[in-house]
Amino acid sequence: MSFASILAQLLNGLAGASSLFMVAAGLSLIFGVTRVVNFAHGSLYMLGLYVAYSTVEFLGRTPLGFWGAIVVATIVIGALGALIEIAILRRIYRAPELFQLLATFAVVLVIKDVALAIWGAEELVGPRAPGLSRTVEIMGRRVPQYDLALIVIAPLLLLGLWLALTRTRWGALVRAATQDREMVGALGVDERKLFTGVFFVGAALAGLGGALQLPREPANLGLDLAVIADAFVVTVVGGLGSIPGAFIAAILIGVVKAFCIALGTQSVLGLEISFSKLTLVVEFLVMAIVLVVRPYGLLGRPPAQQRAVGEITTLPNMPDWRRWLPFVALLALIPFAAPDDRYLLVLLTDIAILSLFAVSLHVLMGPSGMVSFGHAAYFGVAAYAAAILMRKVQLPMEVAVAVAPFVAGAVALVYGWFCVRLSGVYLAMLTLAFAQITWSVIFQWDSLTGGSNGLTGVWPPAWLADKRVYFWLTLVLCALGIGLLWRMLFSPFGYALRAGRDSPLRAEAIGIDVRRLQWFAFALAGAFAGLGGALFAFSKGSISPELASIAQSTDALVMVLLGGVETITGPIAGAAIFTWLKDELARRTEYWRSVFGLVILALVLLFPQGVVGGLAMLWRRVRPAS
Amino acid sequence: MLKRRQVVVAATALAAVSGGRAPFAQQGPIRIGELNSYKNFPAFLEPYKKGWELAVEEFNKAGGALGRPIEIVSRDDGGTPADAVRVAEELLSRERVAFLVGTFPSNVGLAVSDFAKQRKTLFIAAEPLSDKIVWDQGHRYTYRLRASTYMQTAMLIPDAVKLKKKRWAIVFPNYEYGQSATAAFKKLLKAQQADVEFVTEQATPLGRIEAGAVAQAIADAKPDAIFSSLFGPDLAKFVREGNSRELFKGREVFNLLAGEPEYLDPLKEETPKGWYVTGYPWNEIKTPSHQKFLDAYQAKFKDYPRLGSVVGYATIQSTVAAIRKAGSLDQEKLVDAMSGLTHDTPFGSITYRAIDNQSTMGAYVGQIDVKDGKGVMVNWRYVDGKDALPPDDEVRKMRPAN
Repeated sequence: MSFASILAQLLNGLAGASSLFMVAAGLSLIFGVTRVVNFAHGSLYMLGLYVAYSTVEFLGRTPLGFWGAIVVATIVIGALGALIEIAILRRIYRAPELFQLLATFAVVLVIKDVALAIWGAEELVGPRAPGLSRTVEIMGRRVPQYDLALIVIAPLLLLGLWLALTRTRWGALVRAATQDREMVGALGVDERKLFTGVFFVGAALAGLGGALQLPREPANLGLDLAVIADAFVVTVVGGLGSIPGAFIAAILIGVVKAFCIALGTQSVLGLEISFSKLTLVVEFLVMAIVLVVRPYGLLGRPPAQQRAVGEITTLPNMPDWRRWLPFVALLALIPFAAPDDRYLLVLLTDIAILSLFAVSLHVLMGPSGMVSFGHAAYFGVAAYAAAILMRKVQLPMEVAVAVAPFVAGAVALVYGWFCVRLSGVYLAMLTLAFAQITWSVIFQWDSLTGGSNGLTGVWPPAWLADKRVYFWLTLVLCALGIGLLWRMLFSPFGYALRAGRDSPLRAEAIGIDVRRLQWFAFALAGAFAGLGGALFAFSKGSISPELASIAQSTDALVMVLLGGVETITGPIAGAAIFTWLKDELARRTEYWRSVFGLVILALVLLFPQGVVGGLAMLWRRVRPAS
Repeated sequence: MLKRRQVVVAATALAAVSGGRAPFAQQGPIRIGELNSYKNFPAFLEPYKKGWELAVEEFNKAGGALGRPIEIVSRDDGGTPADAVRVAEELLSRERVAFLVGTFPSNVGLAVSDFAKQRKTLFIAAEPLSDKIVWDQGHRYTYRLRASTYMQTAMLIPDAVKLKKKRWAIVFPNYEYGQSATAAFKKLLKAQQADVEFVTEQATPLGRIEAGAVAQAIADAKPDAIFSSLFGPDLAKFVREGNSRELFKGREVFNLLAGEPEYLDPLKEETPKGWYVTGYPWNEIKTPSHQKFLDAYQAKFKDYPRLGSVVGYATIQSTVAAIRKAGSLDQEKLVDAMSGLTHDTPFGSITYRAIDNQSTMGAYVGQIDVKDGKGVMVNWRYVDGKDALPPDDEVRKMRPAN
């Protein structure tokens, strides 16, 4: 590569980093103050681009119209963010940690359908920026003027944000709230206004990031999810709550991507390495490396000591198997009640498997205090392991299903070793990074995994071909798996895990090796998720990389939160409601996604402790004290 | 659901009108299960849905098949194989559909195809382009309507060979479709032009192309020509950044699918002139079959058809033709009827080949240009699918014997 092309690619990387920085800065600001992991931030970015497009079409393609549209989009999206905060999130700040993520997940679904209804399915290509539509020649390479403008705008915005945060009273309050929001409230600051204000600014930044892409990116419905992952990565690599960190991280990732593209295919030591294909996952590689080396991101600081220890609820009692066995038996009778309804069996099989998957995630999220954003990795790895063992190694299906959880457990053991060294959202994001790396390996390894198409012909042997028999097998294995996990939670191992979660210092003082316990819990959860994955593969007959994707991980997260993270049985209820509702709505309405989102929102507002948590609370209130 | 009810109501009303004897009343409509990733790929699938709605309406007006009207039970398959297989099961066992049609992404198409094989049920894969559906993973029960990745790539080869360009750059969305298109292009071009050289290959993540950097990297490789299989937002971004950087100046560009209205129309005045593409010049095709379709479509929807509309329309044509030829809804008879089935479509007559269950539906090949601020296809010609397929011996080698 010549110096000229290196320079040109550097500029490409910087221009690409500009919008990313804005989105990430907004995300970081919101998380810092309100602790809300705003899953809808990508949707706000997407809407920013759509609004800018419509405004510029209305105002005309003049410099005034263009820049006016960007201002309008920024303000409109900021207001929308404030509205989401006031209408939804404000009501659930007291819910368990991360519960707000569920609400923002629902918002994503609603926004996507609304955007489809308003702007239609076809992508909308915006105008070039009037006055900046040409290119500049730099060392024989053509660089668009607009790219240069973006490269200038980002640091200016950083400067503005930095001044606002360090030189104004509002900024002082934001910084104070980032460090200790209860103290800020105790000192008489109106938290409500502060939070709404922060949401306005954070959302406006996302809107601005989107609007500025108008000349570079067509407005389309895939942007929300394409952007949100990158925005999370940048936020975490930079260090949560650190705006300069987000700036550096955005540049790092933008430039690394540009250079992967520039390198193309290179041969290293006789091996052909396609750096171009690496762009599929390179941001997650960067994140994994950064987090392993610096557990709090580039410029992040360890979070202030948790004060909320007293609020952590104790787990309810160990579910009594004598009470649960009749339920399982009743479920097992369903095939007799509806002998012809294969679909019902398929749905119930799905629910049983996803229940096990959700319970295994809950073991991490609840009692172990480790949130995983990448739990699908183990589900997917086991599904592939089972399929490959049967199809390529020619092992019997029964053996494949028995071995696959150990493969998933082994993978979890390796990933877990790195992850348990971190905590909070950093840990969650490292699990996500590993999951994405896993996904991309599955996606690329054509000869073994069938690449993006996946593998077909993964059917169980004759004795299990009957859907009823397969359902019974699944039911028994999943019930056993769930029972074992629950038993584990109420064993000394489980108690020690909870001690480590609630008070790591004291737990260590009495001789508990918290990290080691967490590591084993991680591997165990991975293995049981793997059992689910293996059963899933054979129930479908085909598998594809989606099983290890972010979407699959998010589904599990949503199930646990929906059911109630502070309950034991919540994940099962969450899995059942989520799976059944999605399936039912998708069959009945065209705009099922937004209806699904609205139902989740309603559940979120009705049951801030999750469905099972809320019902349990109601029950306690209704029942006379005994 | 709503749509289904509408179709039923329309059919019943029609039955009532046609002499009051209710000719369909004895057995009720023939139910066909349709599943597709409507929410994941709305740009293609909304017109597709309109296409099949039109066809259903027309066939039922003309008496349906076997003396019964057709009813489509349509479902969103969620865009993942796992959900799609569940939906397919629901269609078969709850809705009691006669057989399955539809699907868009290749992985979903392959999963449903494998499910159809397991359940010994006919499946007409309408849209998925993967070559594997009829070749590597082909089987008795799955037929595919659209011209596959390989076929569309092969259609562009004659023009590419004629130009005698030596240095080629390739850019493709990094998943099976893009990878297959690239592999087919390289193989076919190399076979006809031994001195060809592929100077760079850019594999971009679907929907997330870094277009500026990709355009720059391709320019740095100094190719004489470019082969791309990008589509949708990725294509629009690549075109914009390439235009800005004058990447396409003095270079020939070939782009699969870029002439399809779904992907061409958004480009508007940005449309790069002179690119060789496969597509669908809907307003210039003057054949009687197409004219009839076009008039009916525009009358019903007050909108012009996209390629998806044609695929949706033709899918139902195949469905009805198969039922009529089979004379029953027995799976084996239906599958046998599909083999060698010939019927008319807006693109002319097509045949489902007995050798690999692939239809000979072709595509329009030409160049793109800008007219009145809109992208159009010029110098186009229709390439029949049968002329873009490999020799029978090769097909037999690829397709497992079953």
